[in-house]
Amino acid sequence: MHQSRFIRNIWLGIENLLLHKLRSFLTMLGVVFGVGSVVAMLAVGEGASKDALRQIQKLGSNNIIVNSVKSVEEESSTTEHSRMSIYGLTYLDYERISESFPNVQQIAPAKLIRKESRLGSNVLELRIVGTTDEWFELVPRQILAGRVFNAEDVRGTSAVAVLTEYGARKLLATKNTIGQTVRIGGDTFEVIGIIKSETGQAGNIQIPDQQIDAYIPLVTVRKYFGDVFSKRTSGGRTRELVELHQIIAQVDKTDNVEATAAGIERMLQNFHKKKDYEVSVPLALLKQAEATKRRFNIVLGSIASISLLVGGIGIMNIMLASVTERTREIGIRRAIGAKRKQIIIQFLIETVVLSTLGGIVGLVMGIVIPTIITYFTKMPTVITLQSILLPLFISVGIGIIFGLYPAINAAKVDPIIALRHE
Amino acid sequence: MMDIVKFDNIRKIYEMGAEQVKALNGISLSIQKGSFWAIMGPSGSGKSTMMNILGCLDRPTSGRYFLEDKDVSTLNDDALSEIRLKYIGFIFQSFNLIPQLTVQKNIELPLYYLGWDAIKSSRRAEELAHKVGLEDRRAHRPSELSGGQMQRVAVGRALAADPHIILADEPTGNLDSTTGNQIMELLAELNNEGTTIIMVTHESYIASFTQNRLHMKDGKIENIEEG
Repeated sequence: MHQSRFIRNIWLGIENLLLHKLRSFLTMLGVVFGVGSVVAMLAVGEGASKDALRQIQKLGSNNIIVNSVKSVEEESSTTEHSRMSIYGLTYLDYERISESFPNVQQIAPAKLIRKESRLGSNVLELRIVGTTDEWFELVPRQILAGRVFNAEDVRGTSAVAVLTEYGARKLLATKNTIGQTVRIGGDTFEVIGIIKSETGQAGNIQIPDQQIDAYIPLVTVRKYFGDVFSKRTSGGRTRELVELHQIIAQVDKTDNVEATAAGIERMLQNFHKKKDYEVSVPLALLKQAEATKRRFNIVLGSIASISLLVGGIGIMNIMLASVTERTREIGIRRAIGAKRKQIIIQFLIETVVLSTLGGIVGLVMGIVIPTIITYFTKMPTVITLQSILLPLFISVGIGIIFGLYPAINAAKVDPIIALRHE
Repeated sequence: MMDIVKFDNIRKIYEMGAEQVKALNGISLSIQKGSFWAIMGPSGSGKSTMMNILGCLDRPTSGRYFLEDKDVSTLNDDALSEIRLKYIGFIFQSFNLIPQLTVQKNIELPLYYLGWDAIKSSRRAEELAHKVGLEDRRAHRPSELSGGQMQRVAVGRALAADPHIILADEPTGNLDSTTGNQIMELLAELNNEGTTIIMVTHESYIASFTQNRLHMKDGKIENIEEG
């Protein structure tokens, strides 16, 4: 019986709100926009951070990435034409890291050179990645055809190449893929496999692979192309000697990533006169991304709570006016025998119905808007169960908090005076 | 016959700044079950205060009020609400219907607070609408009714919870004499069926429908005519 009275109270509330449709609608708007913006902002925020996290996870959360960088001094001194700049990671660095850090489980060196390659009339500038078989374990990508290198390829100097799907399509077109030979630079290489590639950037770290990669065993690259490269620039030719452009090391446990990265940094400091390297840790980025997300949520939450507060005050204002307007009704109900508590419940339910209705409309708005955003901007948005339930609870809460004072005011009405009220 | 209302030296004193207004100044009175009373007197004589205390809308400053042998003079607000709900039916001069509710829902109102279920209350309201001659107006709202019809709804509502007393405060005050007569006939009929009715009026013609008349002056009983 008590439950049925509760439902009748809700109906009574809805009927009363329907008496003043425009007024109820306008009162609701505050909560509609408040809740709508909460849901929409959470969806956009969640989408952005999911995207960032996915990018970072592509780098491998247990990986440490060391890149060669041209130091500032080097950059300025190379303006003299014929000088050769020597910088970056060395083969020795690679060996030192792989031998002196027991936590490092796998390590892949990478030598990056741009070379034109051709097959028949198809020409494509490729990024040659001279590396070992471990690369494919540290940067795991789907193998579409053939195979990646094995230990044999790496040890020997076999002229084999693994292409990416994009490169293969451009270069090989419809020709038989595996076993085909392509010319890279001036030499002939056999395509032994095709893998998928990823592109993108996570934080300030470039994803290690690119669409135009051709993976060739490091020893082969050294033999065919050497360590010195000349580049044509506006000032003439510059020559560079870089042994390795990148070293990717995988640590056994997530807990050891940061200590190992610091260790590698210290070691490199000892052997390099200039800071011509950079150690980056995807895990640190991951943590940073999570911290950013938290901060983002706090900011969004504060903005949203202000709009919800304003919405709540709007509701309270209207309910106070409504109580005054309905003083006589309250007096009648009290005279007939309604207890104070029952008057409080009546008005409280009315407010909660109003704010919850606003919450539901706002929720729909908050779901539709991110969908539209995703449709037009391709920006990912994610609506979680939490981002649906939270605003609903909040809108019920707003109804209770901002409805309580008007309801108590209503219950304080003295029936004797109220019945005389015109 | 038993007394349904017993006033024992009831006083009601209002503090108006430094001044004390003795709205009721020592009223002792017994009203028998099933009787029909009119309380009369000029304005300011204490009629309204008397009705408020009788209706358990207000508590006396001193003295004791027994309603069916139950002392209600010191009850708290919730308990008084309960007494009003179960013992008393009100009829007002200005009808006091709830404008947004239909005739049917207005009559059902006390049953809602009694916790009756919807079907039972609806049946009871139908029955009462028939009794007051408004069975074909049940879906109307008060604004669509004439004064006499509105007062009939109020009578229906007052009867809904099967009260022990009906308190009518100038029930014909806002009605023309023909409809006023019809309402008085309805009240007289209810009294014949055994309902105790106490009515405030200043018109002696209206008072002539009752058996007992209480004249008040300056917060005191001037005289009582018992029929």
